Amino acid sequence: MLDDFFTRAILAGIGVALVAGPLGCFIVWRRLAYFGDTLSHAALLGVALAFLFEINITLAVFGVSACVSIALLLLQKQGTLSSDALLGLLAHSALALGLVALAFMTWIRMDLMGFLFGDILAVSKMDIAIIWLGGGVVLAILAVIWRPLFAATINRELAEAEGMNPERVNIIFMLLMAAVIAISMKIVGVLLITAMLIIPSATARRFSSGPEQMALLAAVIGSAAVVGGLFGSLEWDTPAGPSIVVAALLLFILSLFPVFSRRKTQTMEPVKSANEPQKGARS
Amino acid sequence: MRNPLVMITTKPFISFMLQKPDSLATLDNAGIHRAGRWLVRGVNLAIEPGEIVTLIGPNGSGKSTTAKMALGILKPDEGVVQRRADLKVSYVPQKLAVDWTLPLTVRRFMRLTGHVSVHAAESAMASTGVSHLADAEVRTLSGGEFQRVMLARAVARKPDLLVLDEPVQGVDFSGEIALYDLIKRIRDEMHCGILLISHDLHVVMAATDRVICLNGHVCCSGTPTVVASSAEYKALFGARAASTLAVYEHHHDHTHLPDGRVQHGDGSITEHCHPEDGHHHHPGSEGKSDA
Repeated sequence: MLDDFFTRAILAGIGVALVAGPLGCFIVWRRLAYFGDTLSHAALLGVALAFLFEINITLAVFGVSACVSIALLLLQKQGTLSSDALLGLLAHSALALGLVALAFMTWIRMDLMGFLFGDILAVSKMDIAIIWLGGGVVLAILAVIWRPLFAATINRELAEAEGMNPERVNIIFMLLMAAVIAISMKIVGVLLITAMLIIPSATARRFSSGPEQMALLAAVIGSAAVVGGLFGSLEWDTPAGPSIVVAALLLFILSLFPVFSRRKTQTMEPVKSANEPQKGARS
Repeated sequence: MRNPLVMITTKPFISFMLQKPDSLATLDNAGIHRAGRWLVRGVNLAIEPGEIVTLIGPNGSGKSTTAKMALGILKPDEGVVQRRADLKVSYVPQKLAVDWTLPLTVRRFMRLTGHVSVHAAESAMASTGVSHLADAEVRTLSGGEFQRVMLARAVARKPDLLVLDEPVQGVDFSGEIALYDLIKRIRDEMHCGILLISHDLHVVMAATDRVICLNGHVCCSGTPTVVASSAEYKALFGARAASTLAVYEHHHDHTHLPDGRVQHGDGSITEHCHPEDGHHHHPGSEGKSDA
């Protein structure tokens, strides 16, 4: 079954979506969209280094993204440039370094389109193993740091005052992001990784009443987008990454229709009226 | 950087001996230095179980900074902050923005920083009168409701020390009275220490045991004057409010010049104000915590 490239692509894509959903929620909650972009830009440098030292591309991209995350943290601590200026600086420096490094390696003819938009044909069994194993590890770590990470998202000082360590969970979260960029690069391509993180979460928001529910829904919606996008890509011979993002966008647009939001207000009403007697009983 | 260990040796040991061993948190000559100036300096403060300490002072006077030292969020650049071992703290920050992207019900908010049993959450919500909001989204609450929800969350943790940063901010007058009543009840029922930051310079909670007036340093401290017996205040505040509120009379022996320097009662001007410089007398306050 795994010999079929399409099955492999779907398996890999769902693996990515399951991880990107919950992490994407934090990207949305913490307003870190540009951070995701920065890491994916830096991925090119990772690709270049992978060719140079002949190591696994996913591992190299993870390494470079992790370094960029740590560099960002250190520069932020210094407090001279604003965060968005730092992100821009790191993103494009890493991208430029990657392009220059690739240009030096004249013996390599890199498929830049595949890098930018994902390359389903190139998904190997090894890639699937990396995505599912790596993804599993990322989700397990996220589950462990979920409570302090969420508390620090609401209010950093509150979390710290009540005995948590926001700094440590922030660093762990950034490393998890680096891992997700590394494993999703092959499926959606670096240009569109941020979309894979944000669009399913934004869609899930409308149907969620709690953070955990939103994370689960984002994973499900992302998986649906992967399946829909890959079938569309096969049907109309469109590039895989963009097709997945378009499918996610369609789901998002569907969620905007009032049919869904009306149902939401209806569930809210009985809650209010059922509790009215309590209000009076209190005083 | 200043080495806090050096400061310990320069402080008289008597101040340590005066502290009760069960103090929840103690600040001893504590100060925070940022970007070339002292945000707050020379703060002495101890919070005992069952005690309400109110911090007052103008904007930028270092109230929140002082509270953050007591909470352990900020490490003092000078002096010593001691917190009782395994101290359980609840913190109600001044601002807490929950935007639309975050689906968060009151019920989920209750267990934000740690496991809270269903029973503890329900009874905390009941005691602050927000049970009917349990399934409401946090961002849809009004100012007063939100303050009560924040209090409920803090109470549900059953803390030893409760730090409230301007809990009546953005709440109308009757809501303010109700919140103060509630805070007093929390103290009475849970016997926790409460550090309260107040935006009002003159009117404080009547249940306050000690008021500390800050303006970069401790300007004065003392107990508030209970006004419930005064017919004039009753007329001014209303009977219920007069029993909840108290007036704090400041006893400043110095004034603050616009450039931040301090002019003392004898006319001399110093760059800063230190407890040691001989200019200060804190009427009826210093010995209060060990009385």
